[in-house]
This record gives sequence, structure tokens and C-alpha cells, in this order.
Amino acid sequence: MNDEQRPLLGTIVLYLLAAIVVVISVYPFLYTISTSFKTGSALFDTSLLPHEPTVRNYIQLFEGRQPFGRHLLNSVMVSTVTVALALLMAVTASYALGRIQFRGKATLLLLILAVSMFPQVAVLSGMFELMQAVGLYNKAIGLVVPYTIFTLPFTVWVLTTFMRGLPKELEEAAIMDGCSPMRIIFQVFMPLLWPALVSTGLLAFIGAWNEFLFALTFVNDDTQRTVPVSISLITGATAYEVPWGSIMAASVIVTVPLVILVLLFQRKIVSGLTAGAVKG
Amino acid sequence: MNDRTRVAWTFLVPMLVLMVLVAGWPLARSIWFSFTETNINDISSSRFVGLANYVGEYGLFFNPNYTEGFWASDWGVAIANTFKFSIVSVVLETLAGLGVAMLLNQEFKGRMLVRTAVLVPWAIPTIVSAKMWGWMLHDQFGLINQLLVDWGLIAQKIAWTADPKYALWTVVGVDVWKTTPFMALLILAALQTLPRDCYEAARVDGVHPLRVFFKVTLPLIKHALFVAVIFRLLDALRIFDLIFVLTSNSGSTISMSGYVRREMVDNGNLGFGSAASTSLTLIIFLSAVLFMRAARVKLSEESS
Repeated sequence: MNDEQRPLLGTIVLYLLAAIVVVISVYPFLYTISTSFKTGSALFDTSLLPHEPTVRNYIQLFEGRQPFGRHLLNSVMVSTVTVALALLMAVTASYALGRIQFRGKATLLLLILAVSMFPQVAVLSGMFELMQAVGLYNKAIGLVVPYTIFTLPFTVWVLTTFMRGLPKELEEAAIMDGCSPMRIIFQVFMPLLWPALVSTGLLAFIGAWNEFLFALTFVNDDTQRTVPVSISLITGATAYEVPWGSIMAASVIVTVPLVILVLLFQRKIVSGLTAGAVKG
Repeated sequence: MNDRTRVAWTFLVPMLVLMVLVAGWPLARSIWFSFTETNINDISSSRFVGLANYVGEYGLFFNPNYTEGFWASDWGVAIANTFKFSIVSVVLETLAGLGVAMLLNQEFKGRMLVRTAVLVPWAIPTIVSAKMWGWMLHDQFGLINQLLVDWGLIAQKIAWTADPKYALWTVVGVDVWKTTPFMALLILAALQTLPRDCYEAARVDGVHPLRVFFKVTLPLIKHALFVAVIFRLLDALRIFDLIFVLTSNSGSTISMSGYVRREMVDNGNLGFGSAASTSLTLIIFLSAVLFMRAARVKLSEESS
């Protein structure tokens, strides 16, 4: 039904509902951005537009007690390495799972799905021991190890559904021409596969960027933290004085790149999400 | 073994080895620790205690010290909180997600704008949304209390995140805000695969839209809906970060995962914490199986 076919009342209700949905979705974040430009007693003013906007919160964040810039770099590094590792392994594994028939495949797929839905806390003590044993405890880069638990099965699962959808003829022709499986993946399939790699990689990146439990548990050193933990630990000069302005500024810095990425790639992300869940 | 099969296993081995190392081994060790008494600061000197962490005087279940019953113990409360949170939030998210998906499935000007706006809460990291809502729900200076007082809906400002009467439901509210987009997008994807002519026919015949919804739409998207719900349920049952930041893991809101972390890291009882995490895994696994039985969802059927 489009606007012409609908009764007037229906149209009004529709646009009203749409407006409410937009306000509820977007207003909290706009308010966060607004708060990040307020300091002192202006914080208690609940209007959306700050009367005297200031960037002091942002400056304080980088000059404050916590090395927030360092935390940002840590997060970028950990998430990038995690995603690169997961994609590298997942491309070949998903080719095997998506294009080759062999015994035990269904069980393997179910196992991969089960691991990706696993409660992370189930491996917490064993992982704690492992991290200490291999000397990665208290190091930001060490977080790549626990993050692989959820990024690798997820990327394998989503890429497998994409691999399955690629045209059979292309692969058959390549095999006829004597292409090795490696060449099929990286030269024949890659041009078709890269949009899937982008969306899967982005979703895995978001997962690693946002992770909190492992980052909180396996890193104690202040310079090695990642941003979610950093934000949760921002405190004021005294216990009673919560620096909401700085917290909101940090939140904006951490979130804006994600929101932009998600909005830019929204179509691809939605297809990645549905491949990951609905076809599950 | 033919050539293709050999290729398949060669490609799978690196991933499988890595998964065994980072997931299989730590899981096995965690289960082992659950039968021991181990302090987090001295893992090497752990002592085997059998089932003592699970049952008995120092255990999670059937503990004679639970004079007021199991559900009054910290662990019982954590289980109850987790299930209250999961069931209520997943039900609300499914309903809200269905509503938003139906809205986005209509044709109207600015539909793309609404779809983009809906993605915003989903794109915001959980910790950030916890802090953001923590600020808006602040008992003295928060926007929400200010609005509710101004509109005359409440007489006194409410401590949303601290008052045990409201705290858990506040967590539910924030989770619903954040996760409804995920549900909505999954349901929308299912709605868009439905045949258009079916709806045209119903409209020409003058069938009431509500009847069309219950007799045509709902049965057709049922499978996708159940799969989305099971994914959300499994995710909700392991909740940790939102509660840890929004309500500081307070007793009235602590979840099973929060309990595990508190026992294991804050109190240092690695063995006892592992027993709780192993129980949590079994509880979640059983819930998933029961739900799938009840909803008759077969995951493997689709994937083959």
C-alpha cells in the first residue's frame, strides 16, 4: 500500500509512528553529543542545544588521569588484528564448508554455530590460566586470543552461507581449466566475495571493539586497556563527583566512527546479519 | 578419501586447531577447575574437592546454609534475575521489533530515513548505551526524571538504577532500546520475502488487516521469528556488561555471568566461580533445547 491507496487517518498514524520511532532511536545519542559539549553547572540543563558549547571535555579526556588516546589505539589494534586473523582462516574454511560435500559437515557446522552462541563466561577461568601461561595476561594484544572464540566461528558461519550462494558454473569452469582450490578462492571467487568479506569483517570488528568481559578481566595495566573498559572506569577527582561530560565525550569518540560505518554499509550489514541468523 | 575431501580437511585444519586451542582447551580447564578449590592468585596450587563446589555446605545447590531457601541465596537470585531479564526483554523486543518491521515494510516517504535511524541504537556499543542511559536516568539531574516531573507523571524523582524496585526493569528497558533494531531487521528481511499478490488478493476481497496479519503474515514468518528469538534468548541469558555498568552489578540486578565474575575475580575463588560458570552453561544449554523443542525449530534442517 502506498500513500495514495491509504485512508487519510492511516497515513497520519503511519507518519506519527515513524516520527516516534525516529525520535526514540536517535534522541538519546543526540543528547549524549550535546552533554559532551557542556561543563560545570551547564550539565544540569536538560536542553538539547548547549548554551555555551565547549570542547573542554574532549581536551580533558586526552590530558586527564587516564591515557585515553592510548586506549583508543589499543582498541583499534586489537580489533583489526582479531578481524584479520578471523577472515584469513575463515575464507578457506568457509570454502570447504560451503562448496565441498564431505562426511561430518553438518555436525561441524552445528558445532561452529554452538561455539558462536556460547556464553563467554564459560571459558573465563581456563582462559585466565592460558593467558598467564603464555605471557599474554595484562597485554592489550593478548585479547586477540579470547576474541577469536567468538569472531572466528561467526565469520566462518556467515561466509559459508555466502560461499554456498556463488554460481556453480564459475567453479566448474575453473576446475576444468585446472585451477587449484587456492586459485579458485583467491582469483575466481574473490571479486564476488569481497562485499561479504567487508560486511562480515565489519560485524566482527564491531564485536571485538565492543567486547567488555574479557577486556575487563584479562587486562589490569592502565596503559593496556581498551576503550569500553576505559569508559567504564572514568572517575572524577573524588568518588562522589562523576565527570559525566568526559564520559559522554569519550562515548561520542568511540561511537561516531561505528555509527558512520554502520550507516555507510547498512545494506551489506543487514545482509550479513540475516545470513548469520535467519539462515541459521 | 578423494581429492576434494582432502582439500576440505586441509582448509579446515588451521581453523579447527585454533578453535581447540582458544575455546576447547580453556573450556575443559574451566570444567576441571570447577571440581577444585583454587585461588585466582595461585592457580598452580589447586586442590581437588570433587562436587563440593556444586552441592553441600560450600556448594551452589542443596546448600544447608540456605536457611531461607535456594531462591533467597545469591546464586538463586542471580538465576532468577537472569531469567526475569531474559524472558521479559526478549518478549518486549520481539513485539517492538515486529511493530517496527511492519512499519518499515509499508511504503511511505522517508522510509529509508526511518530505517537508517533505527540502526543507530544497534550501532552504539553496549557500554556506551549503559553510560548514556545511566546519565539520562540519573536520579537528580537526569533528563527522564526531569521530563516525567514536568509532565506531572511522577511526583518525586526516581532512582531508576539504584532502587531495587526499578533497577532490573530499567536494565530491561535499556536492553529493549538497544536490541529492538536487531529484531526488527531480521523480521523485516523475512517480511520482504513474502509474496505480494497474496496481500493484494486479501485487500481486494476486503479481508480485515488484522485477520491478514494473524492468518497470513504470522504463519509465514514464524520460522524466521523463532530463529531470531532463540538467538536473542541465548544472548540475553549470558548478559553481563549492561548490568555491570548500569547498575554496578548490584544485588537486585546481578546476572549469572555477573555472579561468576564476582566470585571468580573479585572474591578470587576460581574453583567455585568455575562451578557457577559450568552450571550457567548447562542451564543455558537446557533452556535452548527446551525452547527449540517447544517451538519445534530445527537449526540443522536449514543449514544442510
